[in-house]
Amino acid sequence: MTLTQQIITIALCVLGTMATRFLPFLLFSSKKPTPKYILYLGKVLPAAIFGMLVVYCLKHVSVLSGSHGLPEFLAICVVVGLHLWKRQMLLSIASGTVFYMLLVQFIF
Amino acid sequence: MQKTMSSKQIIKQAAYYAFPHTIPIFAGFWFLGITYGIYMHISGFCFLYPMLMGLTIFGGSLEFLAVKMLLSPFAPVQVLVMTVLIQARHLFYGISMLDPFKGMGFKKFYLIFGMCDETFSINYSAKIPENVDRGWFMFFVTLFNHFYWVSGAALGGILGSLISFNTKGLDFVMTAMFIVIFLEQWLREKSHAASFTGVLVSVLCLILFGPDSFMIPTMVCILFFLTIFRTPLEKEGGMV
Repeated sequence: MTLTQQIITIALCVLGTMATRFLPFLLFSSKKPTPKYILYLGKVLPAAIFGMLVVYCLKHVSVLSGSHGLPEFLAICVVVGLHLWKRQMLLSIASGTVFYMLLVQFIF
Repeated sequence: MQKTMSSKQIIKQAAYYAFPHTIPIFAGFWFLGITYGIYMHISGFCFLYPMLMGLTIFGGSLEFLAVKMLLSPFAPVQVLVMTVLIQARHLFYGISMLDPFKGMGFKKFYLIFGMCDETFSINYSAKIPENVDRGWFMFFVTLFNHFYWVSGAALGGILGSLISFNTKGLDFVMTAMFIVIFLEQWLREKSHAASFTGVLVSVLCLILFGPDSFMIPTMVCILFFLTIFRTPLEKEGGMV
């Protein structure tokens, strides 16, 4: 690839990304009232998205081979348990991560 | 806006409140960003590549893939199509942020530009105190995260293979953050129908389509279910 081709490739990555980020705002400008259906989606989508992002983060975990997703499962239990107990976001995230690192570095 | 504080104080206060929310992202983005920089270094690119790509694309998974694209023969149409498919989830973020981003003035452009997974998740879910300016809060969350990513990518590109570290498993910080955000949403909502839909549909699609191509079917199915169950969901008041 020449430098020009590289620049075009990167520019297309930027263009595609920004298209997906800006499109809803371009389609539904704040001047006209947003359709009720879109407003409804805006309210129910986030809950579904957060569920989707959790699965997205864990997509390479294989239940059938390797460590069978056990370190991930245990670390998730720590994160959820600690968070329900203390409700301290940073504490839950940090403890879960350190616990997971110890598991994959020393045990699994 | 309260007029008791000067605009300088308002901005300072928003930055002060925004920073703690971005600490997990700092850990995650430096780890991933440095990894990305090293990966580009190994692939034969100078540090300006990861740095400038981090600055302009600001989307982790695509940037890793872009390395492969840059090493393959020039295929502009394919690059654009793949980019849109990988980044399609941002459409959902935009729809969710139509209302929260209203009236943000000049900041709105940057808020949309920098709306990656992590930034969206924080800006949507953070409980911002009444006396803190929402616009500036979201602006700083976006700016801090953007800075972490770009600096991490540049650092990885400069130091390259010099760094040897046993950070195996550190990437779990992102997973942990999304779990906490999901949990917070779960504890706040009256009906769990949408949360359930998100998890179940994603898992099913992951099993059916595999890790590399399950996101598009997942998004289509989520839209489908949320649309056909609109009436009961609205009645239940399942939304926050």
